[in-house]
Amino acid sequence: MMKNRVPVREQKPEERVKNFKEVSFGYNQEEALREAERCLQCRNPRCVGACPVAINIPRFIQELKDGRIDKARDTIGEASNLPAVCGRVCPQEEQCEGKCIVGIKGEPVNIGKLERFVADWAMETGYKNTEKAPANGHKVAVVGSGPAGLTCAGDLAKLGYEVTIFEALHEPGGVLVYGIPEFRLPKETIVKEEIRLLKDLGVTIETNVIVGRTVTIESLFEEEGFEAVFIGSGAGLPMFMGIPGENANGVMSANEYLTRANLMKAFQEGYDTPISHGKHVAVVGAGNVAMDAARTAARLGAKASIVYRRSEKEIPARAEEVHHAIEEGIEMNLLTNPKEILVDERGFVKGMVCVKMELGEPDASGRRRPMEIEGSEFTMPCDSVIMSLGTSPNPLISSTTKGIETNRRGCILVKEESGATSLEGVFAGGDAVTGSATVILAMSAGKTAAKGIHEYLMGKEK
Amino acid sequence: MYKILRKKELVPNIYQMDIEAKRVAKSALPGQFVIVKVDERGERVPLTICDYDREEGSVSIVFQTLGASTQKLAEKEAGEEIRDFVGPLGNPSEVVTEDAEKLIDHRIVFIAGGVGTAPVYPQVKMLKDKGIKVDVIIGTKSRHTLILEEQFREVAENLYICTDDGSYGYHGLVTDQLKELLDAGEKNYDLCVAIGPMIMMKFVARLTKEYQLKTIVSLNPIMVDGTGMCGACRVTVGNEVKFACVDGPEFDGHLIHFDEAMRRQSMYKSQEGKKTIEKEQKDVHKDSGFCSLGEIAHDEK
Repeated sequence: MMKNRVPVREQKPEERVKNFKEVSFGYNQEEALREAERCLQCRNPRCVGACPVAINIPRFIQELKDGRIDKARDTIGEASNLPAVCGRVCPQEEQCEGKCIVGIKGEPVNIGKLERFVADWAMETGYKNTEKAPANGHKVAVVGSGPAGLTCAGDLAKLGYEVTIFEALHEPGGVLVYGIPEFRLPKETIVKEEIRLLKDLGVTIETNVIVGRTVTIESLFEEEGFEAVFIGSGAGLPMFMGIPGENANGVMSANEYLTRANLMKAFQEGYDTPISHGKHVAVVGAGNVAMDAARTAARLGAKASIVYRRSEKEIPARAEEVHHAIEEGIEMNLLTNPKEILVDERGFVKGMVCVKMELGEPDASGRRRPMEIEGSEFTMPCDSVIMSLGTSPNPLISSTTKGIETNRRGCILVKEESGATSLEGVFAGGDAVTGSATVILAMSAGKTAAKGIHEYLMGKEK
Repeated sequence: MYKILRKKELVPNIYQMDIEAKRVAKSALPGQFVIVKVDERGERVPLTICDYDREEGSVSIVFQTLGASTQKLAEKEAGEEIRDFVGPLGNPSEVVTEDAEKLIDHRIVFIAGGVGTAPVYPQVKMLKDKGIKVDVIIGTKSRHTLILEEQFREVAENLYICTDDGSYGYHGLVTDQLKELLDAGEKNYDLCVAIGPMIMMKFVARLTKEYQLKTIVSLNPIMVDGTGMCGACRVTVGNEVKFACVDGPEFDGHLIHFDEAMRRQSMYKSQEGKKTIEKEQKDVHKDSGFCSLGEIAHDEK
């Protein structure tokens, strides 16, 4: 038994920081087979329990070993509608791989990269995902085409429902197209292809429709004949700090910066949307979104610095992303918090006053509370600041839908087992319910709601 | 894809287009806006809804060719399609959606500047239909840039036209005309609504504040998504930061931090200008389009 996993080939840091191509090349078939050999085929696999959508991991790995990659893809497809995405962006170290038994004495089986290999192989060889129940005559609307909506739509289509997804932006995919950068998740070859597989199931996607403005939940029921609605509108409302200078030119939310870069392709020649080309970009926050913004800035030629008020241990981003960011020369300013953004006479950012922090006693969340060290203020020179402090659900739907209950943070309240909201026939899941979380948790919520909707509509029929 | 049903050049460089967009036409109200993306590589440009026809399923936009994107839009002809047309966005105009009985004794003055004249027209028309009398002051560069004059003559109680060069109507700025009316004392306005360039709205608000005349402005900051997810359009209103796309676009003109808003609006000016110039230079071999370069240089200042 090999203790170490088969390494994954990657673009060298000094090369990849000059382009937007995918960092990781993934496994080729020979490497994938070697890595698959490391799986012990546990009778009670702990990895499956730790996967939010419970993919039968040992089975697909066995099928891969047997050389039946299409079967492996079918196995994954039973549980997941977006394997090429999840193989790339899941925090596997906290999920499947974190529980892998091989990981106790050596490195865990590289489940994510094996999933990615199977999904990519299937796409390249023209895999079709059309196995579904006969049409049952029921119409369901899905609001939002991010991971939660796509998953819910895919599962319902497989059950025979006529599903229409309404998307506010001009491209489907939600955070997969506007948030996660090209160098982690290629748009044309991966996201578009996964969405095409869903369309093969008969899912209709209508872009440029804002539920709450263009149509309302009420009108979907009353005028368009939908019998159930799933809200997977995400948590897209960015937070700002409220410090002086925050409205200066050159200060923007990570959502704005990443949307310009990813969705509008501002980094690419020939696209019309402009993007700020700062020389020194400070990114406030240390989640995955902050890493994405800093690494995007580096690729646009800037010196990029992360500014985070807690220590390395508390960094919320995936370990692999932090590692990649450091390799690419991103500067980490930990235990540091911005106090004020300095503005030049033209109204543009010229620097940021920060203060050093130390960690005090654990707070209610169990994390040690950062406190300012008196007299430690210093000025960081920078010409752009990207605020990556998290997001909350957009109130557009909850404010235009009578009778839908939300908590004080604007998150829609649902029954955990079915995703049902306080409004009959309306279900919700993903970041619209939890606030910003991960792709796979949104997918899991989409699956739960699809099941909930199916039970609700079948129950009604009786 | 969204079909251009009709296209008309109202005056040089200002175009009206009627776009087939059934869902938008069905729910649009005055004061709201749309976002237009001309083609695959285009940027998302916010444009105010000027009118809509629910039966035909069409929405009218009026725009001036200022940068690369509006130029690209202007090059499209009736019968052609644009890739994306999303809306209605923002909150409807409060004056127009307000209960008519509440407004019947009100004296309202609309100030319209440049291409902002277009969205004012349907609002004035709607108010007239409800029996509310409205005065209108239009500001424009010269008689050759004036749009919709005849239409306004039909719906406005009093129409005042101001030109910068004095080639037509009142020689001067809309604020000069408004000040004269207010000083004359005959016009006891209860409400002022200003739609036009940020600089015009700033000076209108400054003037009306002196007269304690409540003033509503419709802001036009830089936007990306228009649905509240990026904050590119944030403005300071009173002591609060608001997103113009979801909290606006209409705000109390006396509370807006206009200098900040204007500064933010110019954020990408030089980049936009640079891109346009690059494009123009590439096109020089096809046709010598040098005249528009001068305009861009002017715009960049």
